[in-house]
Amino acid sequence: MSQANTSIAPHNDKSSLGFWIYLMTDCVLFASLFATFAVLRNATAGGPTGAELFDLNYILIETLILLASSFTVGMALLGFRVGSKRIALSMLVLTGLLGGTFLALEINEFQHLIHEGFTWQTSAFLSSFFTLVGTHGLHIAIGVLWLVYLAAAIYRHGLDSINKKRIVLFALFWHFLDLIWIFIFSIVYLGAKF
Amino acid sequence: MLGRLGWDALPYDPVVIGGALSVVGGLVGIIVLITVLKRWKWLYKEWLTSLDHKKIGVMYIVVALVMLIRGLGDALLMRLQQIIGSNEANAVLTSEHFQQIFTAHGTIMIFFVAMGAMFGIINLILPQMLGARDVAFPFLNSVSFWLFFSGMALVNTSLIIGEFAATGWMAYPPLSGLEYSPGVGVDYWIWSIQIAGIGSLLSGINFIVTILKERAPGMSLMKMPIFAWSVLGAMILVAFSFPILTGTLAMLSLDRLMGMHFFTSDMGGNPMMYINLIWAWGHPEVYILILPAFGIFSEIVATFSGKKLFGYKSMVVAIMAITFLSYVVWLHHFFTMGGGANVNAFFGIMTMVIAIPTGVKVFNWLFTMYRGRVRFTSPMYWFMGFVVTFTIGGMTGVLHAIPAVDFQLHNSLFLVAHFHNMIIGGVLFGYFAGLTYWFPKIFGFKLHEGLGKLAAWTWIIGFVTAFVPLYVLGLMGATRRLDHYDASLGWQGLFIVAGIGAVIIVIAVGIQLLQIGYSIWTRKQRIDHNGDPWDGRTLEWSTTSPSPSYNFAVLPQVKSIDAFWYQKQGNENKNEMETFQPFHLPKNSGIGLFIGILSTIAGFGIIWHIWWLVIIAAVLIIYSIVHRANDRDTEMLVTKKDILSEAMG
Repeated sequence: MSQANTSIAPHNDKSSLGFWIYLMTDCVLFASLFATFAVLRNATAGGPTGAELFDLNYILIETLILLASSFTVGMALLGFRVGSKRIALSMLVLTGLLGGTFLALEINEFQHLIHEGFTWQTSAFLSSFFTLVGTHGLHIAIGVLWLVYLAAAIYRHGLDSINKKRIVLFALFWHFLDLIWIFIFSIVYLGAKF
Repeated sequence: MLGRLGWDALPYDPVVIGGALSVVGGLVGIIVLITVLKRWKWLYKEWLTSLDHKKIGVMYIVVALVMLIRGLGDALLMRLQQIIGSNEANAVLTSEHFQQIFTAHGTIMIFFVAMGAMFGIINLILPQMLGARDVAFPFLNSVSFWLFFSGMALVNTSLIIGEFAATGWMAYPPLSGLEYSPGVGVDYWIWSIQIAGIGSLLSGINFIVTILKERAPGMSLMKMPIFAWSVLGAMILVAFSFPILTGTLAMLSLDRLMGMHFFTSDMGGNPMMYINLIWAWGHPEVYILILPAFGIFSEIVATFSGKKLFGYKSMVVAIMAITFLSYVVWLHHFFTMGGGANVNAFFGIMTMVIAIPTGVKVFNWLFTMYRGRVRFTSPMYWFMGFVVTFTIGGMTGVLHAIPAVDFQLHNSLFLVAHFHNMIIGGVLFGYFAGLTYWFPKIFGFKLHEGLGKLAAWTWIIGFVTAFVPLYVLGLMGATRRLDHYDASLGWQGLFIVAGIGAVIIVIAVGIQLLQIGYSIWTRKQRIDHNGDPWDGRTLEWSTTSPSPSYNFAVLPQVKSIDAFWYQKQGNENKNEMETFQPFHLPKNSGIGLFIGILSTIAGFGIIWHIWWLVIIAAVLIIYSIVHRANDRDTEMLVTKKDILSEAMG
């Protein structure tokens, strides 16, 4: 058993390659949203600019929570490698909780903006802001749903080869979303201040 | 409860009612026919839920052919309007309806005819050519097809319920924004191609992995048939351009649904951003369609010249060069935007550079024929028609690449003639050639050669008659999408000639349908007994015709380019059953079909703002995916006994 679990990355595996290509296509989707944001970031139509709206401290907390979730996903993979269902499951649940917290914080940030009267209808800048950040949030939400399914499947079937393949793909997805968030943090939030 | 949907969504204009009735009538006719023949169960089990790449391919082709006829009907209406439309608006169609017709024509011909036929042919032949038993992800393949089908269903629903976009096939804002197009037309356009586009994206990923991972043992990349290379190029383009389309359509939709300001003319919106983004997808799309056609012709020319393809390596380099270059030319679609002289110069030069690899290919084909023992079969007729028309189209394209000239030709009928030159003379002729060539592999008998040659000639003549007048009209100043013009301009004569050309094309399609019907009727005379009716060179000809569901009982060993030709030269024995090893095949699955149906319902709900319907459909789609993921028994084992008993009868 431990012998079979030593190598977690499926070498020469079709679904792994397919998933990598999917991630690259998702990257292109985000690239077009980033490009649109870059073009429209100053098109505030008399409304507020990013510098006036964003609270960097709050965003930093969001960022740290998401980065921590990447760490826990890595731990879940390690749990798989040593064949410990307990570590794998608990780390996945922790990842889900961190992802959920990140989402809640983001929704709170959006609600706060809307409450202040700054919606996606206010200006082209805010349209592209809500869409870019919201698309990332949507991905996180899908990721959390996937995680719930994955945790249930591991609970039911244990650490079998199908679950092993899926958790590797999930980890790729989650790290990818982290990477996108780093770009959002740098370009959207930090870029607004400097 | 029903959002924007009401009784007023049904058609009232007599022409529109005619269109709606033909769709409903066709549908009812098919349903009655299947019921009378008691074929529902067979249809569901053997086709709709099949994960066999060949059956999925056939379904793509059937949809594409039906849509070709629909698109052709739209073209005829436009020709009729422009013949009668001198000095008289609303001659045949109202202006509004005319605009919907040309939008539908473009959308259908690109997304549901050309894309459908392309994915159809790739599905039919690529795995067999690679010596594989199926694509990398057979289930995903079925989902892709049904998403494509779902998009097609939405376009045709717009004929009966509501309207289609009246914006042109690229739906430029602000015209396509809420302010100027408040109806459901643009929403139909968005969601039909959004859903079909996601299907295409999944197919793109699927075929890249198929090519990279499923090749027969010994087939290194540089021993791969050129068709596979061309598909690899096209699918890389799909994977890296369709997400842009998805994003762009999503943003346009957000403008329309949530009042955002991406592309509006007020509140900081930037319509030019849309035009940049949509062409950053749209230009690679052109090459997505043409590259596989290049690949098809490469196989056909080599086979019928009895020679190895001239310049295999240069062909590979040319394909990859085109793949790369097609990303850096999108701006030539709007030189008139005012990007400035330097920007226009860069994109103009890049556009001209693309002519170099394309020229390399044309010469490679000609040199393959040179000193070959050329057999003039019907696929070769399509090829020769292609070389002539495509070269003319290419030259008019290079003309357009000069920004200063483009300022004159922009939005003129000269442009319309140019891209039809490429899409008909290049893409369509290529796919027709491929379908004729590979028909026996799929169905076990050849198509009638004489009728095929006649169809090719009729198409070529019809094409020239229909589009050369448009070149002339464009130079005379006629712009595209005119529903009427002043009689004193003297354009009517040329429009009549173009109309005659369109009628000749209709006759050509009729001959093709006759060819298929007659060939099926007399198929006993044309049975392909040994699986290699054309004396082919690549692996698909090494298996029986029609090929079994698993393509190859024993995977072929590849030692050279044109692997089957190499085997036939006595260099190697054919596969022996002694080395047989049991393998897995995917079981049928209805989930793809259900996801397709649910996507259609979800799309319909978004278009008409019936939100509860969208939520139900979305939840059911997620449920379908979970259901599939929970199914851990998706494959069946095929043993030697299964294969022998299938071979016995």
